[in-house]
Amino acid sequence: MSKHRDVTQERRLVQCLLIAGVALFLAIFLVLPLVIVFVEAFRNGVRTYFEALTDPESLAAIRLTLLVAAIAVPANLLFGIAASWAIAKFDFHGKSVLNTLIDLPFSVSPVISGLIYVLLFGAQGVLGPWLEAHGVQIIFAVPGIVLATIFVTFPFVARELIPLMQQQGTREEEMALSLGASGFKTFLLVTLPNIKWGLLYGVLLCNARAMGEFGAVSVVSGHIRGVTNTMPLHVEILYNEYSFAAAFAVASLLAMLALITLVMKSLLEWRFGAELAARKRHP
Amino acid sequence: MDLRIVNLVKAFDRFPALHGVSLDIRSGELVALLGPSGSGKTTLLRLIAGLEFPTSGEIWFGNENASALSVRARNIGFVFQSYALFRHMTVLDNIAFGLKVRPMASRPAKSAIRKRALDLLELVQLPGVAERFPSQLSGGQRQRVALARALAIEPRVLLLDEPFGALDAQVRRDLRRWLREIHDQTGHTTVFVTHDQEEALELADRVVVMSSGRIEQIGNPDEVYDEPASAFVYGFIGDSSSLPVAVEDDAVMLEGRRLGLHGNGCRAGQAVLCFRPQDVEFVTGSEAVAGRVKTVRRVLNVRRAELEVGRARHTVEIDLGQDVEARRGTALSFRPRRFKLFPMDQQGT
Repeated sequence: MSKHRDVTQERRLVQCLLIAGVALFLAIFLVLPLVIVFVEAFRNGVRTYFEALTDPESLAAIRLTLLVAAIAVPANLLFGIAASWAIAKFDFHGKSVLNTLIDLPFSVSPVISGLIYVLLFGAQGVLGPWLEAHGVQIIFAVPGIVLATIFVTFPFVARELIPLMQQQGTREEEMALSLGASGFKTFLLVTLPNIKWGLLYGVLLCNARAMGEFGAVSVVSGHIRGVTNTMPLHVEILYNEYSFAAAFAVASLLAMLALITLVMKSLLEWRFGAELAARKRHP
Repeated sequence: MDLRIVNLVKAFDRFPALHGVSLDIRSGELVALLGPSGSGKTTLLRLIAGLEFPTSGEIWFGNENASALSVRARNIGFVFQSYALFRHMTVLDNIAFGLKVRPMASRPAKSAIRKRALDLLELVQLPGVAERFPSQLSGGQRQRVALARALAIEPRVLLLDEPFGALDAQVRRDLRRWLREIHDQTGHTTVFVTHDQEEALELADRVVVMSSGRIEQIGNPDEVYDEPASAFVYGFIGDSSSLPVAVEDDAVMLEGRRLGLHGNGCRAGQAVLCFRPQDVEFVTGSEAVAGRVKTVRRVLNVRRAELEVGRARHTVEIDLGQDVEARRGTALSFRPRRFKLFPMDQQGT
């Protein structure tokens, strides 16, 4: 039997060991914590669970998280398309620098990302006094949270689109222009449909991170209950106050968001993969 | 639509791609731009299309100076080697695209657009694929759709960039004949780029041979084959061999020996002697090209020998008649029946 084994395939025993190892690892580090989140959330019954979620402070945190995501995700959608359009379809000086800068939020610690906004817009910051004189508050307020979230989630859409657009090249756009389409119609009818799945994928990841971001938001938020508390921050506060059931209840919402994202991501990959294959057939 | 190209220069970042190219194309003509890669033929085509803009020089469409017009305003039909069909649209939507994106005022009615697209599918002999997607078509079918899409906008000029380059030999031959038929039916002024001499000679009314950003020769297929204007054209179109010779007193010399050929008015001095393998006669006597056979190969209907000539062992190719015995090492003497001499400095070496 082993004679007919695929050359890159390991022995059966080795296969089993490797798979078991990975499964055990995943169970301990991913599945178990996830289960515990839900177990702890429902420890005191379904009633307490919903009470914890409908608590005014929890509701405010949920609302704020949704608001921040509703601003940050569309903003990064636009920035991401613009950036990848520029990098993939044009040649200009400093292109590689721009390409590197887009990755900056990934390589910087989220705490630093928050801190730079405090240093920039805070009371002691560079623009702080001027902003204060004009009655604009950014730090310890919603605008600061939005800014920090946009910064942290900026690369997701662009990173997804740049390789896709580079691979697709500019032939179809040239074709559309030669057929008399305006620049805007070319974008709308040719470019956008070609990147829609990649775009959706990027938006999904961007959204998951925007709702789940802790570090950067924690620095600029000020943790004012009911005002500048997002869901992740709220979980931490509840936990620190020994309201374990409530903390896990809110955490279970975030966990569910993660699960939904995961399912949609898999669905898209399945769909997206087919598109990629189609592209290979039709260069 | 007449097409006039005047002294066109295109310089990319460092290297110049075209050095002052001028070309007149008559209305309804089918012209091939033929040359090796890097000869500037595709650049010239993209300049005509408006996909690139010239560094200097002018492009005239009839009486209109189109040099500064955008690709959108030029109203040209372009076909890429890679088809560039819109992958997310059906065949019918692809063909109708150019009409659908017109501004409201000049856009035909929906039913008229659909009818025109279906008519064009008929013209390119692909009825019944209207609702398919490009990925469901073969390469040859895609290129037909790409042509139908370009024709849909009633272009002033049809421009094709290596239209059959990605297809296999049999499909290429079929499409070549088919393109000629379409051209004769529709009468569009057509310019196509190719590196395939056979394609250019068979298909085009006139062939523009290009090399290193310059036009080497413009002529009908017979002219460029029978009367090559330069050693480059001689070498690029059809099989040929060349020898470095000297012309003295109207006699052609190779390494100080007479070859028994007349200079035909070629300026005295160093020159290049070009001839085709089939245009040779075997002779006896010393006034001839003498060499030793290196190999004998079968090239379809002829036997072809590679000969080493002279002390410098120049390699030339000649066809052998059935009655000529030749194997490795056989000594042969021949004279070209038809040949051309190009003074050395003319070809820039």
